[in-house]
Amino acid sequence: MSLMRMSSPHARSGDRTAGVMLQVAAATIPGVLALVLYFGIGVLINIALCTVTALACEAAIMKLRNRPVAFYLKDYTAFVTALLLGIALPPYCAWWLPVVGSAVAIVLSKQLYGGMGYNPFNPAMVGYVVLLISFPLAMTRWVAPGELIQGTPGLGEAFSLVFGNYNVDGFTRATPLEIVRLNDSILLEQLYQMEPMLNLGTVAGLGWETVNLGFLLGGLFLLYRGVITWHAPVAMLATLTLLSLLFYDSGSSLSEGSPALHLFSGATMLGAFFIITDPVSGATSNKGRLVFGAGVGLITFIIRAWGSYPDAVAFAVLLMNFAAPTIDNYTLPRTYGHKAPRKATEGEEEQ
Amino acid sequence: MATPGYSEISRNGLWNNNPALVQLLGLCPLLAVTGTVVNAIGLGLATIGVLTCSNLAVSIVRRQMPETVRLPVSVMIIATFVTCAELLMKAFTYELYLVLGIFIPLIVTNCAILGRADAFASKNPVLPSVVDGFMMGLGFMAVLIAIGAIREILGQGTLFADMDLLLGPVARDWAIPVLGSDYPGFLVAVLPPGAFLVAGLLIAAKNAIDAGIERRRSQQVRIVPGAKRVRVTGKIS
Repeated sequence: MSLMRMSSPHARSGDRTAGVMLQVAAATIPGVLALVLYFGIGVLINIALCTVTALACEAAIMKLRNRPVAFYLKDYTAFVTALLLGIALPPYCAWWLPVVGSAVAIVLSKQLYGGMGYNPFNPAMVGYVVLLISFPLAMTRWVAPGELIQGTPGLGEAFSLVFGNYNVDGFTRATPLEIVRLNDSILLEQLYQMEPMLNLGTVAGLGWETVNLGFLLGGLFLLYRGVITWHAPVAMLATLTLLSLLFYDSGSSLSEGSPALHLFSGATMLGAFFIITDPVSGATSNKGRLVFGAGVGLITFIIRAWGSYPDAVAFAVLLMNFAAPTIDNYTLPRTYGHKAPRKATEGEEEQ
Repeated sequence: MATPGYSEISRNGLWNNNPALVQLLGLCPLLAVTGTVVNAIGLGLATIGVLTCSNLAVSIVRRQMPETVRLPVSVMIIATFVTCAELLMKAFTYELYLVLGIFIPLIVTNCAILGRADAFASKNPVLPSVVDGFMMGLGFMAVLIAIGAIREILGQGTLFADMDLLLGPVARDWAIPVLGSDYPGFLVAVLPPGAFLVAGLLIAAKNAIDAGIERRRSQQVRIVPGAKRVRVTGKIS
């Protein structure tokens, strides 16, 4: 019998990057299913195009940087970036939108900053914002749920929309957030009765509320598995609820929409559980995550209510990514054995 | 400081010490007006003119300039030539003047120009100063045109659009639809972030070329057989 002597540490962690990334990818399944159910297969085409481009770009840059290509492709970070970008893009958009977007996300926003773990901004959101400010028209046309337009495009039609004529006007309608934002003449209650998009749903528009519910479910799964912590999502959703309650205006024509609309429409749940919980570009400590999430909620509501873009999660995330290092500096946790946390900017003489 | 030779002045201005890519001076006009090639050429020509003339004038009065007020004197001289350039553009290329707007008078604050006046013209004879001003201006304009061309192709899909603003009716049809006439336009290239991205990539390209040249040069070192040193503290060359 051989007695093997092992030195400490004896703790082992089964969580590798690839495992975490696969759990994130698996958690998007309910949301993606809801998207497919209501908006058709466009989202799957987007995800496929994004994934192919992102992996190709990642491989090409790894080759240029003389790093092992397969090792970095197998951590699935590029795949998750592509997945999130593909979900965020409008279904049935022209094929070059996902291609350009994921190339920007991987090459400009991830690899130019040093690759995995070094990107100061969320790559998927950078890709999304670059597309949004470059091609505002194509990026703000969302296809309507099938029940409003006699069915979503079928497979053949979807491919001809994506690779051929790009003309999705027949399938698109204003999103619930846009309907409420553009209304300034009638009471919210009347608006809900008048717009089929709103009255076919329960609180936040047909389709959209189910999609957000799907991402909420996925987010709860990630929380249960310990992949993410509750701090950032709860802070973001609480801020958004509080602000929309303040500006609900009891449903007048100038109302910015009910809390339920803000929580279950647009990209709220996707942002809260899948985007702002990014461990690289977000804040690091738990207290910092609370501040980070609250900031995202605040900026999201401000742009939704008084900006001119249909949704604001991407801008809010990028703006808070800018602030993350500062937040980290002011929310340093106490080190074990020390009294007060020391600010990173304090000089030696202040000790 | 000994006055460098003309070839060295030229090499510094165009490449080794390029005001836009190495000194990173004059970034404000560099990033703000390089949306198209015609804007880049217009601003580049104005900058070359002002830089050459101000270097000439500063070099002429360099022995009369008291050390304490050399910067105000330089700025006054530069402001004079910028005003000349502005009036000339107003007279001959009015539409382009309107497009470039505030960035023509702002050439006064271009640190590349004041930098050359102070670092070179105030210490060197007239002719080398003129050559230095011209070459620095040429290096600056080359970068302006490169950024302008890349942003115009990416942003609008054309090259040399609106050249008639600068060259008159002859150039009206010079626009080349590089990427086809139904190119949707990559708007971010026209917006300010595009300027930063393109400028950054050009700087990276220059550094990569320099590193490549350096590598090739170091590989060419011949190792003489039999002349081995046992202990070395540095690179044998």
